[in-house]
Amino acid sequence: MALKNESMSLKKKHLLDMQSIAPEEIKLILDTASSMKEILFRSIKKVPTLRGRTIANVFYEPSTRTRVSFELAAKYLSADCINVSAAASSIVKGESLVDTARTLRAMGADVIVLRHPYSGAPYHLAKLVSACVINAGDGTHEHPTQALLDLFTVQEAKGELAALKIAIVGDILHSRVARSNILGFTKMGATVRICGPTTMIPVAIERTGAHLYTQVEEALDGVDVVMMLRLQLERQQQGLFPSVREYTRLYGLDQQRLALAKPDALVMHPGPLNRGVEITSAVADSAQSVINTQVTNGVAVRMALLYLLAGRFTGGQE
Amino acid sequence: MKLLLKDGNVINPLNKTINIQDILIVDGKVAAIGRELAASLDLDLSRSTSGTGFQPVVFNDEETIKDACPTISVINAKGKYVVPGLIDMHVHLREPGFEEKETIATGTQAAARGGFTGIVCMPNTEPPADNQAVISFIQQVAQKTGVVNVFPVGTITQGRAGKELSEMASLAAQGVVAFSDDGAPVVNAKLMRHAMEYAKMLDLPVISHCEEPALAAQGMMHEGFTSTMLGLKGIPAAAEEVMVARDIILANLTGCHLHIAHVSTAGSVELVRAAKEKGIKVTCEVTPHHFTLTDEAVSSYDPQTKVNPPLRSKADVVALQAGLKDGTIDVIATDHAPHTQEEKELEFELAPFGMVGLETAVGLVWTKLVIPGILTSCEAVAKMTVNPARILNLKKGLIEIGAEADITVIDPELTCVVKPEEFASKGRNTPFSGWSLKGLPVATIVGGEVKWIK
Repeated sequence: MALKNESMSLKKKHLLDMQSIAPEEIKLILDTASSMKEILFRSIKKVPTLRGRTIANVFYEPSTRTRVSFELAAKYLSADCINVSAAASSIVKGESLVDTARTLRAMGADVIVLRHPYSGAPYHLAKLVSACVINAGDGTHEHPTQALLDLFTVQEAKGELAALKIAIVGDILHSRVARSNILGFTKMGATVRICGPTTMIPVAIERTGAHLYTQVEEALDGVDVVMMLRLQLERQQQGLFPSVREYTRLYGLDQQRLALAKPDALVMHPGPLNRGVEITSAVADSAQSVINTQVTNGVAVRMALLYLLAGRFTGGQE
Repeated sequence: MKLLLKDGNVINPLNKTINIQDILIVDGKVAAIGRELAASLDLDLSRSTSGTGFQPVVFNDEETIKDACPTISVINAKGKYVVPGLIDMHVHLREPGFEEKETIATGTQAAARGGFTGIVCMPNTEPPADNQAVISFIQQVAQKTGVVNVFPVGTITQGRAGKELSEMASLAAQGVVAFSDDGAPVVNAKLMRHAMEYAKMLDLPVISHCEEPALAAQGMMHEGFTSTMLGLKGIPAAAEEVMVARDIILANLTGCHLHIAHVSTAGSVELVRAAKEKGIKVTCEVTPHHFTLTDEAVSSYDPQTKVNPPLRSKADVVALQAGLKDGTIDVIATDHAPHTQEEKELEFELAPFGMVGLETAVGLVWTKLVIPGILTSCEAVAKMTVNPARILNLKKGLIEIGAEADITVIDPELTCVVKPEEFASKGRNTPFSGWSLKGLPVATIVGGEVKWIK
């Protein structure tokens, strides 16, 4: 397999966030992902690059999409992949992440992919294991691999990330996808607009450089990318929005609103979708939608990350 | 038993004076204060002992002191501050119920190492200190195993549940110095009103942990840019301020002495300042961690920085320091909250709130307030001696002839690195590990006995 940029490598051992990642590192990951994507369209989608390496998917939150994406990425690179899923109930006091980490270290996993309901858990794990840790979503903190696949998807369609305008619409407060994307797109020179009801906008978010909107029509005006976030319906009981009906009326993306964006604007969504709530089916399934491409690119980006991290570092037994 | 503190810079926090003086302690009480007491003792001693005369000795360790007693011990305090025994009016001793975190024995040892001769222990034990039996237990254990004075606080409500009043008069009869449901706010305003009315009748203060729980909403840290970026649920400053405002209004209504525990926000300081101007009977305290650290300390998700109220913004820290300077904040108290290593090894969101404070307090006060000139040494000492003593109606906090000899010696030049593994406290949960602090206690004397000396 011929991969570009083989001489370059990531400076980091772990991928924990977009906050501390340098633009050159993002570029390297995206370039590597391009090479990986070619593999996905071969008749035999398997290369021996990571043969003999072990990837552990440790998921403390139910997730099909991200876990399967990592699993496929590992398998296409010939790594051995194990899935450890723990019910959220088992992380209450007593069965701690510390113990899980020690177990995994003793078993010699090279890469640990962690999805965890608590913000910061991957940092905790990274301190305790010798393996590379990839954050597959931690609480309401970050979801860096999602941001990288989103960056990749936009770059693939638009060529350049710099100077693009991206609108992220929805529950920014609880969205790790939003945080990682704000950081990622801003680092690559794009302008990020965030939009949602004031109750779902985190304090001081504009200090990231993102521009704040509460009117979706203004936020969408002339943008290159519209990224809709999933509305967690239980937020209504918390008093964050009065009703789904009103939310959809104010922030839902339909054809009419989409027309405010540039004619060739991309429609994105990290999934899973609430069709008819934050996005209409007509928009989600339109020619402008790259929602399915995001899924395909997710595998390519995760292959790139596994290659760049596991290819260089090994966990090894204690 | 006699003890002479020689040539120290004796601070009187009430008169704000510092004089080089000797202090003679006889039978646990301050017998004489003045210059050259050693010389006058000379004669005295030659008569009472075998005629060898007075030999000034510098004692470095407890053994030497014990060996030397019961004749006389001398502590050379030259260049050091000799101050009234420090009082920490906000300590969690954890016994009964959580002896794995701390006991009255270890907590009071930590207090002695921190320069405190008296500590006020909060009632969130198990069972809670909501009845005479628990208070009596604490007093007896403190008597037997404690090395400094322990002043218990009784709960405001039964089981700290915020539903019904504790037997406050019985608790008062048992000797509690204040009432508080610390850790849990009294959410019901009517109940808080009645608690204040009742406490006023008993002439005891109510210490309020101000936190509106619905606004705090299971937050983990200060609500601000840092919490946004870390994705941790924020506790807005308003959660504290709403209840500070409510309790000040209730103090005005009832005439009760309200003491607000661990103020952490600029808004709280402002509310207390305004209330004091109106003549409302309100006092408040701040912790060393709140006047030292900001929410940015949480950035590494280190559970050692998880504390309630949370570490606030830079602007809040500045306001707290200003409140200390202008007297709005009366007291520096630690909110010493020991937890086990296992608990603090958990993920940030699961780890309990709290940090230990007894053994770093004086160092932080000197390093962060006195040396930078925010407080004079007299002002700083007042906030740890006479001020808490007055709030709690304790006959403590001053070095006076005839008074119990509770005295702390502070070396303003001594610098040490914080090493939690050397703490006397069982709790090692501090965010200050590895910090170099200047200005530290070197001797703690309780009732004339040297309980700790460096």
